[in-house]
Parts: sequence; structure tokens; C-alpha cells
Amino acid sequence: MTSQLHVGFIPLVDAAALIVAVDKGFTAAEGLDVTLVREVSWSNIRDKLNIGLFDAAHLLAPVAIASSLGIGHVKVPIAAPINLGINGNAITVSPALHAAIMAEIDGDRFDPMATARALARVVASRRKSGADPLTFAMTFPFSTHNYQLRFWMAAGGVDPDEDVRLVVLPPPFMAETLASGQIDAFCVGAPWNAIAVDRGVGHILHFVADILVRAAEKVLAVRQSWAERHPETVAALVRATQRGADFVEQNRAETARVLAQPEWIGVDAEVIRRSLDGRLKISPDGTIRECGRYLLIGREGAERPEPVQAAWLYAQMVRWGQTAVSPDALKTAMGVFRPDLYDAALGRGRATQSSLGPFAAFTGPVFDPADLAGYLRSFAIARR
Amino acid sequence: MGADTSPKIVIVDESPIRAAILQEGLREAGYTDVVHISEMQSLLARIYALDPDIVVIDLENPSRDSLEQMFQVSRAVRRPIAMFVDQSDAASTQAAVDAGVSAYIVDGLKKERIKPILDLCVSRFNAFAKLQDELDRTKNALEERKVIDRAKGILMKLKGLTEEEAYVLMRSTAMREKKKIGEIAQSILTASELLK
Repeated sequence: MTSQLHVGFIPLVDAAALIVAVDKGFTAAEGLDVTLVREVSWSNIRDKLNIGLFDAAHLLAPVAIASSLGIGHVKVPIAAPINLGINGNAITVSPALHAAIMAEIDGDRFDPMATARALARVVASRRKSGADPLTFAMTFPFSTHNYQLRFWMAAGGVDPDEDVRLVVLPPPFMAETLASGQIDAFCVGAPWNAIAVDRGVGHILHFVADILVRAAEKVLAVRQSWAERHPETVAALVRATQRGADFVEQNRAETARVLAQPEWIGVDAEVIRRSLDGRLKISPDGTIRECGRYLLIGREGAERPEPVQAAWLYAQMVRWGQTAVSPDALKTAMGVFRPDLYDAALGRGRATQSSLGPFAAFTGPVFDPADLAGYLRSFAIARR
Repeated sequence: MGADTSPKIVIVDESPIRAAILQEGLREAGYTDVVHISEMQSLLARIYALDPDIVVIDLENPSRDSLEQMFQVSRAVRRPIAMFVDQSDAASTQAAVDAGVSAYIVDGLKKERIKPILDLCVSRFNAFAKLQDELDRTKNALEERKVIDRAKGILMKLKGLTEEEAYVLMRSTAMREKKKIGEIAQSILTASELLK
């Protein structure tokens, strides 16, 4: 029997495993009749998943957690049986801000501590001269982009709520808004950083892998109640998505060609290819930077949802005052990531977090969910 | 806002016609304080300045995420909350999403005051969708009429038929091939282009 499913997605490279799974017939092979529905906002995806118009969705990992905790919105417990992407975002700055940071930098320009301290000096001198605060754009209040930007600038002494403005913009608007001077920088996923560089309006300052080794970026999200009622459908969807993720890594040229089609992402295949390869042009002058961890879709165990990743995201929500700290909430947050469902569907031992080294950012203590309070105390700038 | 005054409603919609339909409906129902914002560039600044009680936004609008952020962190505006927060009324939430509209409501506004406004938004959005649908169908019908007329002309010229005979020929062919007469007409046009 074929199950009919409606699955929402936002046109981003990290929807690749899902898009390929449908486009290449992996979902059909599992007996699933999947209709992918392209959406324009994360709010729409969340609401349509919540009320059952979508059976599953390509979702920001922090939104899955916020929904499960009822932070900022309706409480609808979500389960994430497979990750769609680890990392993949980048921080892009305007040519003017890039020049200002490079003029102040003391150290390696790919060292986030050096750039964050340089940013702090730029912010201080702007304040002294009476200039407007810098404006940084990101994609959603509950997003890795938000937390990565905050983590980075706060490490250098910039308070993200006091010293700069943080605004939300839809990803396709980032490059033009940067070009128009309304924002000075943004943190967004692929392919939008590459597009800003191609248009000559931005420099990629950091890949987010510079900030945190592995940040769970997007998950395949389903309602927990739905997962309980349809365990076989969930398993079939996980298997098809896994095949999609494997395909993405083994056939990057073909993946880029598929994603470039107007009904999926609708941007140039070559730009998408760069994101998949982690080989990006970071400056309009053509400078290339390569990073093996730029975006992980179907390798290094990226697909298996690790509860520690959810715990890190929850810790960021607490650090920035989006929610109060509570042991129950931490447990709920970690319970959103479901390696058990992943393992049940695939029945194979994929790499686990522990084999991939400690969960650490470029500064601060190694993250340990068992000592959340200690972890949070270690940061000078926080809203908790 | 006092208990008797009309709440300040902001409509965020890039479709001027739909916004006008909604605005008119709200005015007729006695809601006089209604502002339409169509310019997304300055959306947040406008909303800060207006300080509305209710914000209505269409679901095709990518700026919805920007609104959510504003309501999450803002210390400058009173914090409106999403209409979907009320889980007791799943049917009306479903109706709103189906109609393609969402709303944010300042906390403290009474439910019985909000309900008629939301219902009105949903019905006006649906009315607009119906109108749009009819418009599309009329456009298509007109388009088809043009194609049929041109195909008739070609048949009349090539086969020396009267207008009536040309039409009958197309109609009988359509019936025989179980196709629409518009499709037959279109293939005549395509063929004559190719044979030119």
C-alpha cells in the first residue's frame, strides 16, 4: 500500500537528501507517494507541520526543539529521526565591514576569536564616532544562524543584544539587502553566501564549522504523535532520505543539477556544487577556501541525530534568554533527536558522536549536557 | 485600547486587491482603524511606528519570519502572539491556514473580540481566492476563444469551408478523439506554424 505524504521544505542546499530522495524515486521505492511542498517561511513550515497539513518537513533543528518545549509558540512535540544537514551556514560581511575588520585584526583571519575581537574594536570605534550600530541578519529567532552569530561575536566581547542589531530576513533577500546597505552582515545557509560573493556584494568571513565543529542544522521533522501512529512510514521515510543523503555525496554533479531545477532551489548548479564540495569562493576577487566540514549531508555520520546536539541548541536558547533553564526541558530537548528511530529504520551501526571527538566550539568549555549550569556560567555575555 | 474603541489592525499583504477586499470588509464590520502595508522593505519600522493590536499577514509572504523575530525579541513594541497559540480552536486555525492567512494578536485582547475579526479575514481571503480563480478561468476561456477563431480561419482558407463548417469539423474531430475543441484548435495552429 502506498502512503501519501506531504512534506514541506525551504529551497536550501541542505534539503538535498530529501529532494533527491523524491526526485530519484527512493521514496517511491519505499512505497511512499511524497509531494514536496516548497514554502517561503519557517513559520509556515512549523504551522503546517503542527496542524497536520504536512506529515513531515525540512526544519531548522532549533525550531523542532522550540516546538517540543512550547517556546514562543504552540507546544507540539516533534521527533527528528534523521538529520538533513550538519553545518552549512556561513557569515558573510559587506566589503566595508570586511575592510574594517581586516584593518583591526590581530591574528589569523580564519580564527573566529581574532575576527570577533576585531569586530569588537570596529563596534567600539563606531560607537565613539556616533555611527549607527551594525546590523546583522539571520533567518529565524530559533535558528543555528542566530546562535552561531551570537556565540561568535560574544566571544570577542560584542553583546549581540546591546551592541549590534540582529534582524531576520528571508534567505533569498540576503544578498540584495547587503548590497543596498540596509544590513552589514548576515549568517545564512547555502547557497546564499556564495551568491552574495558572486554578485560582488559580500565576503565570506567564516564557515560556521570555524565556530562549532558540528552543529545540527536541519532535521527531518515529524510530529511525535504521528511517528508513534506510523512507525513503518517513519522508517520508510528515513531509509529513503538516507539513500538520498548517500546519493548526494556520491553524485555531487548530478545532485547539483537536480537541485538547480526551478521547482527545487532554482539557482545555478555550479553554485550549488561549490556548497556540496565545501570549496567556496569567499571574496569577489576569486579567493577560494576549502573546508571538509563546510556542509555534511551524507558523510561522517551526519545523518544520525545525536541528542547532545539538541542539548547544545537548548543551551543557546537558555544563554540568550529565550527560555529558562530546567532539567525537564533539557530532557525534552534531547528527546527530540531520535537516534533510536534512525537505528531502527537502518539497522546499521553508523558513526556515533563519541567516536567523533569532543563537542567543542572554538572557545569555552567542552560541552557537557550533564553540567549545563557550569557550561552556561562560563560565558561573560549572556541573557540567562 | 479601550473596550469600545476599534482595535488597530495592520494588514501586511503584497496583493493590493486582496488587501483592499479585506480592508473594505473590516470597515463594513465597523473596524475603522485599519492600515495596509505593502512595502516590505520598511515593514518592521512601519509596524513599530503603528504599534497595532492585530497584524494580519498572508502566508505567501516571506516576511512572516521577520515578524516572528520582531515579536520574539522586541522590547519596543508590545508583544503580539500568533493566533495559532490558542490550541482550543483547531478548526479555525485550520481554516485560516487553508485560506492562506495568519494573524498576530497583542496579548490581553479578549478572544470574543478577536474571533469575528479572524473569521472575517478568513472569509475575505477565501473570497479573493475564488475571485482570482474565476478571473483565471475567464482569461483561459477568452484565450481559448481566440485560438478557436484563428484555427477556424485557417480551416476556412485551406479547405474552402464556411465558418460554420469549419467549426463543425473541429467539433466532430474533438468528439472522435475525445479531446477538447480548444486542444484540436491548438494543434491546427501548431501544424500550420510548422508547415509555413
